[in-house]
Amino acid sequence: MLSRVAHSLYWMARYIERAENIARLVDVNLQLLLDLRELDDVKLAAHWLPIVQATGDEKEFFKFHKRATGKTVTEFLVFQNENPNSIVQVIWQARENARMVRDQLTLELWEELNRLYLFVRSPQARKVWDRSPSEFFQEIRAGSLHLIGIASATLLHDEGWWFVQTGQFLERADKTTRILDVRYESLPERGAPETVSQTDVLEWSAVLRSCSARDAYKTFYGADVHPRLVAEFLLLNDSFPRSVRFCVSELNRAIRRISGVAEGNFCNDAEKLTGRFLAELQFSTVDEIFDLGLHQYLDEAQTKLNNIGEALFRTYISQPFQNPDGEHMVQQEEQQQQSANNSNL
Amino acid sequence: MLKKYTRNDGFDEMVDAKGACRSHYRKFQKLFQKMSRSEFDAKRQTVDMNFLRQGITFNVYGDAQGAEKIFPFDLLPRIIPAKEWEHIERGLTQRITALNLFLHDIYHEQKIVKDGIVPQYVVLSGKHFRREFVNFEVPKGIYIHVCGTDLIRDKDGNYLVLEDNGRCPSGVSYVLENRRAMKRAFPGMFESIGVQPVDHYAQELLKCLKFIAPSIVADPTVVLLTPGAYNSAYFEHTYLARQMGIEIVEGRDLFVRDHRVFMRTTKGLQPVHVIYRRIDDDFIDPTVFRKDSMLGVPGLVNAYRAGNVSLANSIGTGIADDKVMYYYVPQMIKYYLDQEPILPNVPTYLASEEADRKYILENLPDLVVKAANESGGYGMLIGPKATKAEIEKFREKIIAEPRNYIAQPMVFLSQHPTYCDGKVEGRHVDLRPFILSGERISIIPGGLTRVALRKGSIVVNSSQGGGSKDTWVLYGDE
Repeated sequence: MLSRVAHSLYWMARYIERAENIARLVDVNLQLLLDLRELDDVKLAAHWLPIVQATGDEKEFFKFHKRATGKTVTEFLVFQNENPNSIVQVIWQARENARMVRDQLTLELWEELNRLYLFVRSPQARKVWDRSPSEFFQEIRAGSLHLIGIASATLLHDEGWWFVQTGQFLERADKTTRILDVRYESLPERGAPETVSQTDVLEWSAVLRSCSARDAYKTFYGADVHPRLVAEFLLLNDSFPRSVRFCVSELNRAIRRISGVAEGNFCNDAEKLTGRFLAELQFSTVDEIFDLGLHQYLDEAQTKLNNIGEALFRTYISQPFQNPDGEHMVQQEEQQQQSANNSNL
Repeated sequence: MLKKYTRNDGFDEMVDAKGACRSHYRKFQKLFQKMSRSEFDAKRQTVDMNFLRQGITFNVYGDAQGAEKIFPFDLLPRIIPAKEWEHIERGLTQRITALNLFLHDIYHEQKIVKDGIVPQYVVLSGKHFRREFVNFEVPKGIYIHVCGTDLIRDKDGNYLVLEDNGRCPSGVSYVLENRRAMKRAFPGMFESIGVQPVDHYAQELLKCLKFIAPSIVADPTVVLLTPGAYNSAYFEHTYLARQMGIEIVEGRDLFVRDHRVFMRTTKGLQPVHVIYRRIDDDFIDPTVFRKDSMLGVPGLVNAYRAGNVSLANSIGTGIADDKVMYYYVPQMIKYYLDQEPILPNVPTYLASEEADRKYILENLPDLVVKAANESGGYGMLIGPKATKAEIEKFREKIIAEPRNYIAQPMVFLSQHPTYCDGKVEGRHVDLRPFILSGERISIIPGGLTRVALRKGSIVVNSSQGGGSKDTWVLYGDE
C-alpha cells in the first residue's frame, strides 16, 4: 500500500473519531451547567477553561477570545474556522483526507462523510445549533458513529483497514486521557480524594458521560460515582471500548496486523512502545496511579501515545507529505489534461 | 416522442434528407416508440441519480471546496453502422500510424523537413517540441500510446478530423460508464439491436502499457500518475486505475534513486516500470521542465532516458497537437505511407503563409480562428458570432504572431435527436474515439459522443452546456 494512502486513511479515521469526542465533551458540559447553580464569572471560567485545555489548544483560544465562557468556548470548539480542532474544521480535514484516497473508499463511506461535511458547512447547521445545541451534537455524534460503522461494514479488512483502526484507537485513547484530566484541579496532587462533594459527583458524572461511559460504569460500580473508580474504569477496564487499556490493546492488535509480527515481539519502535504501554496498563492498579498523581500519569500517557504516533510515522510513512491543499498545487492540478469536458470546437 | 422529431439544417444522424429514418436507426426507433413517456422519464431519473451517487462527476475549476457536477448524459444513443465504423477505424489507424512516424522522424533525422514537406521553423517554433529529446529512442518506437481524435461530420455526412489529442486525452471513462448506464436502462435493446462491446478498453490499455515496459523486467509494475484529487479528470484516473488493477499515484508517491523510479509504500520502496501519466510534459519533472512544478517527480526524466522506466504517452508528443502541425497531417500520410488520407481534415488556413493570411484577414467574420497551442476554447474566435471589437483584437494578434494562428471555415456539426426539456430535438454532436497503439493499434468501437445541449450551439464543452451520449457501433449495417 502506498505510504500516502496509509497516511490519509490513518488521519481520516483520527479526525472522524476526534469530531465525535469534541461533540461529546462540549455537549455534556453544556448540560452540566444546567445542574450547577450560582456560578459567577470566576467559577464559570474554572468550569470552561479545562475543557479548552483538554483539547490542547489553550494558546490558540486566547488569540481569539478574552475569557472562557460557555459562549466563547463552544464557538471555539464547534465553528471557529481558525481553530484547526473545531468540529467544523475536523470534519473538513476528515473529508479532505478521504478525498485524497477516494478510490480506496467505498461509495457508502464517501457519501456519508460528504453528507456530514455538507451539513456542518451549511447555514442549516447554525440554525440547528441556535435552536438546540444538543440536537446539533447528536447529529455530529451520530454522523461519526455511523461512519465508523460503515467503515467496518464496507471496507476491505486489509492493510488499509488496520491503518484506519490504528488512527481511530490512538485518537480515542488520547481523548479519553484528556477528558479524564478535565477535573484534575479538584484532586489532591497525590493520592485519591477522601471526601467527595455533591458538585464533584456531578462533575465526575459529566466526565463519564463525556466518554459515553455512564451506563457501562454503573454495571461495574453501581450508582456511586467516585473519582478513584472513574479513573480506574476509564484507564484500566479491559472491556469498555473507550478505556485507555482497551484502546491500546486494539492499537497493539492493529499495528501487529500491519507488520505481521506476533504478540510479545517487535520489529519497530511503534510496536515496542505500544507493547510496553499495554503491559503497563495491564499490570497496574489505580492506587498506584493516584500515588503518582492522576494528572502526572495522564500527562505521561499522552506523551507515550504521541511517541507511538511518531514512531508509526517514521516506520510507515517516513516522508512528510506536503500539504495538499496549497493553493498553488491545486492550481497546477487543475491545469493538467486535455479534458473531454474542456476541449472546445 | 420520436414521432414529432423533424430533421434540422445540416446533416442529421437519424433522419435522411427526405425525412425518413436511416436504416441503422430503424430497430432502435421501433423499440423506442414502444416506450411510454413515463417509462422514459423514470429511466432518465434513475440514470442521473446513479451517476451522481457513484461520483461520476467532474470538478468545477477554481472551486477548492469540492463542487462536483455530473456530466449531463442523454439517453438517446448515437448509432454507427459497421461499414461506417470500419471506414473510421481505417482512417484513424492510418492517421495514428503517420503521426507516430512523424514524431519519430522529427525527433531523429527530420527527413520530412529536409524534403520540404513541413517547414523547419514550424517544428522548431512549436511550443511543445522538446529538443531535449532529439535522438532519444522511445520504448518500442511508439510516441503516442493513447490518442483521442475529435471527429465531426459535414453537411453531406462526411467524417472530418477536427483535432488530435496526443498528450493526455480524457473522456474514456464516460464512454465506459455511459455504456453501463445504458445497459442497465435498456437491457433488451442491446440483445435485439446488436451493439459492439466497449468494456475491454482497460485490458487493452494495460496490455499496451505492459508492452512498452523495459524489456529486462519480467513482470512490470504499471502505475497511473495523476495530478491529484483537484484535477477535473480525477474520477477518470481512479476509475481507470481500478479497472486495470494498478496503483494510482501522485508525484509525491514516487521517488528516483540511481535513475530508477520507486513508489513509497508501507513496505518500503517498490520499483515502478511503466507510468501512465496524466500530467503534462511541463510538470512531469521539476529538474528538467517547469521548476515550480509540485506535481512531478524530480529525476524522472533521467530515469526515462536511462531506459529504466517507460512513459505513456512519451515526452514531446504535444508537437503533434499543434494546430499548425494538424494542417500538415494529410501531407504526412502521403509522405510516410504513400496513401491518400481516409479521413480528411477540416479545410485550414495558416496565418503564417502569406496567401492564407491575406485570406484570413479579409474573411475574419466568416472564419473560426484558433490559437495553435491552446485548448479548452481559449484563444479562439468564432467569426460569425463575434463582435466587431473581438474581430479587430484577433486581427492584431494574427498580424503580431502569425505562427500562432490558424483559421477554418465555420463547419456545422451533424445533429442528433436529443432529449431537451420534455421534447426530442436535434442537437449538434461530435465524436472522440480513443486509439491505443501498443503491439497493435486498437480502437474501442465508438468513442465519446459529445452533444451541445443548447439549441443551435456548436460548443460541446460541458462547462457551456455540453453533455454526452452512448455511442453504439452495430455488428451489422441495420
